[in-house]
Amino acid sequence: MSTNTSTEARRGKAPAGERVADWADGRLGIYSLAKTNMRKIFPDHWSFMLGEVCMYSFIILILTGVYLTLFFHPSMNEVEYHGSYIPLQGQMMSEAFNSTLHISFDVRGGLLIRQIHHWAALIFLAGMFVHMMRVFFTGAFRKPREVNWLFGFLLLVLGMFTGFTGYSLPDDLLSGTGVRFMEGAILSVPIVGTYLSMFLFGGEFPGGDFVARFYSVHILLLPGIMLGLMVGHLILVFYHKHTQFAGPGKTNNNVVGMPLLPVYMAKAGGFFFLVFGVITAIAAIASINPIWSMGPYRPDQVSTGAQPDWYMGFSEGLIRTMPGWEINLWGHTLVLGVFIPLVIFPLVLVAIAVYPFIESWVTGDKREHHILDRPRNAPTRTAFGAAWISWYFVLMIGGGNDLWATHFHLSINAITWFVRVGFFVVPVLVFIATKRICLGLQRRDRDKVLHGRESGIIKRLPHGEFIEVHEPLSQDALHTLTAHEQYKPVEIGPTVDENGVERKVKGTEKLRAKLSEAYYGEESQIPKPTVEEYKEITSGHGHH
Amino acid sequence: MSSQDIPEENLPAEQDAHGAVSVADDKDPFADPGLPPHEHRIQDIDERAAKRSERTVAMLFTVSMLATVGFIASYVGIPHDKAIYVFPIGHINALNFALGLTLGLALFSIGAGAVHWARTLMSDEEIADERHPIEAPPEVKAKVMADFKQGAKESALGRRKLIRNTMFGALALFPLSGVMLLRDLGPLPGTKLRHTLWSKGKLLVNMNTNEPLRPADVAVGSLTFAKPEGLEEHDENFQTEIAKAALMIVRLQPANIKDKRELEWSHEGIVAYSKICTHVGCPISLYEQQTHHVLCPCHQSTFDLSDGARVIFGPAGHALPQLRIGVNDEGYLEALGDFEEPVGPAFWERG
Repeated sequence: MSTNTSTEARRGKAPAGERVADWADGRLGIYSLAKTNMRKIFPDHWSFMLGEVCMYSFIILILTGVYLTLFFHPSMNEVEYHGSYIPLQGQMMSEAFNSTLHISFDVRGGLLIRQIHHWAALIFLAGMFVHMMRVFFTGAFRKPREVNWLFGFLLLVLGMFTGFTGYSLPDDLLSGTGVRFMEGAILSVPIVGTYLSMFLFGGEFPGGDFVARFYSVHILLLPGIMLGLMVGHLILVFYHKHTQFAGPGKTNNNVVGMPLLPVYMAKAGGFFFLVFGVITAIAAIASINPIWSMGPYRPDQVSTGAQPDWYMGFSEGLIRTMPGWEINLWGHTLVLGVFIPLVIFPLVLVAIAVYPFIESWVTGDKREHHILDRPRNAPTRTAFGAAWISWYFVLMIGGGNDLWATHFHLSINAITWFVRVGFFVVPVLVFIATKRICLGLQRRDRDKVLHGRESGIIKRLPHGEFIEVHEPLSQDALHTLTAHEQYKPVEIGPTVDENGVERKVKGTEKLRAKLSEAYYGEESQIPKPTVEEYKEITSGHGHH
Repeated sequence: MSSQDIPEENLPAEQDAHGAVSVADDKDPFADPGLPPHEHRIQDIDERAAKRSERTVAMLFTVSMLATVGFIASYVGIPHDKAIYVFPIGHINALNFALGLTLGLALFSIGAGAVHWARTLMSDEEIADERHPIEAPPEVKAKVMADFKQGAKESALGRRKLIRNTMFGALALFPLSGVMLLRDLGPLPGTKLRHTLWSKGKLLVNMNTNEPLRPADVAVGSLTFAKPEGLEEHDENFQTEIAKAALMIVRLQPANIKDKRELEWSHEGIVAYSKICTHVGCPISLYEQQTHHVLCPCHQSTFDLSDGARVIFGPAGHALPQLRIGVNDEGYLEALGDFEEPVGPAFWERG
């Protein structure tokens, strides 16, 4: 009572909004929640929007997906088409395909929602990919964010499978071919492959079940898990607070930016509408997955240039370029030509998922990191990431080898061989090149700190020599360029003690020391300028 | 708006010592100089500029409202089968185009308005917040460990091993019921993948004309697709059966057939091969007349039909199965049995 009397005495009643908030606080404790979060600080950097793109396209996917379920019939019963798309009239097709045609031609706005849904899916996956690269190259995955990295990785993988089950639902000629490919891949699994295939398809391919089964996986199982992961991802982002780049006033112990209310809320909330608006406009002008021109699925028909959605391209590359090895022994067949790609497919992804743990093992660093690395300042990590991307893209080229061949008038055999060799060679070359570039950029930073910025002004000295005037950097810039830490390589230390007794060194310890040398040895980083070097150059004899 | 119009008192204060470009500090030139001073935007010091921003934001929100009205009008007014020509996209559905652009504009304008509002009118002063370590302080950890020990002790889980072990057993076993329930997802494979609809005496029916084929119907250089007699599109199992039985028929000069068995199983140079690729099951549909190569358009496995359909390029692991054919009394092409080996992708039991 007593707390309310003062306001009541003055104005009778508190405003309606406040009373609603009071009511909610008494039951949900919202004031304590708001106290810590309402003015929470969010640093600003363009690359921090990438994760938002993913979140918003996921929300768009849920909204449009729910709408599509109102009209879609997940059934493989064969029906004859009598809808308004004349070229297909009288054709036999599954109810799934039939209802997708209905959504596209007879529900007003249905085509738009279908196209928004599909475009949002492509953008969601692309967004996650780029967001993950941002987190990778800036080292944002380091302690305390390793778990959130795994959450994000799982979202990417589940997103791929949700996408695959989703575009298989219309049961059109293209997607059915993709499902057939999946069935062939499952058949290649030793011992249990045929059983898995029979259980998945309810019998022989295609059977009459997979659309209904994919449907519940696509609209319920996977998105349900993803929603949970995404909420967890966001809770952790809130809890850990955002990372930030080094700069004046920014330390590992603070977070500098704008408060949630109002600036971040307006910007992030507005950004949702920007993303939604752009995807809608794309859906208005760019046709995607025109199932009517592909026709209904028939296991004995196919079109040329069949391609999965982009995020499955690398698995397509694996399957296309793998030599057709088959081993027949004791009445069994080991289909290596298909099974090896099936095993490499998750390994490509896992390689990037486990990276944070490898790096933290090599550095042995147990501290929290909230200041982002510039990619150049972590040359080995950056080179590894770039090599991984090049690997991924080589496989994507393999996945579209027919399109590369027809569009660039190349031999498909040559492209396939390029991918076979490139799978092993390109990442190595990219690794070396990226590392060199990073070291070059580090050298330039060092030069800039010690000798200043090239001003572009040429000065002639009294004795006739021309020099370029270098302008010393501000303290802001000096600090930003020297704020990063440089690790020392781990050393095993003497293996023989003073009494000449040999100490056993474990193999893992040796490996760690070797990796550490590769990461932080003299070959792998340029020592950043020290204050003494700076003073020596700037004081006294003038500089150029 | 020139700077003369800005009222004097709104101008940023004279740049003071820490606002000026900081000169490197004597002791440590690389030290953190602290947050740079806030720089005012034109809207912070000039009310007229702020008003202009306000109008821009309001205009964007108004555009959004108009676009929503446009969306409703298009939904009601444009027939859903009307096509229009839009440069450079081509002929597209008018309703989809109108609905998408109006909805897109309505959404985009809300976003643009909100962002412009935040950027020009809301405070842009950067604030620093402290971070706290994620891990708990040692006292908290000690308390938690003590609580846990107390709880574990009170549960007597460590002491009463019989309870613990049987509980683990029960918890480990009950999911088996869930696994059992998945058994009826599908039948056991048996020999299903080894058989197709083909059997002795079944006529080869042209897929396009639905008529039984005679040798004369198959010209040299042509590619014909066939299905077994009696399989109709309206049949319930049509999709599953055709997935195995689909056949491609070509005619070669008998002299060009290099493989002995292929020649034996052919009729007057007409050979019948499974259309289903032995890689992962795509239907093969590209035929090169001159070389007698067929190519799977999915993953580019290439087979030589004049040499037992062996793989000459690509990821397929073995040759396409051949169907033994002949001619019946009435002169129609017929199968002389089922495929001798499983069609389609290889699997563990294939052997």
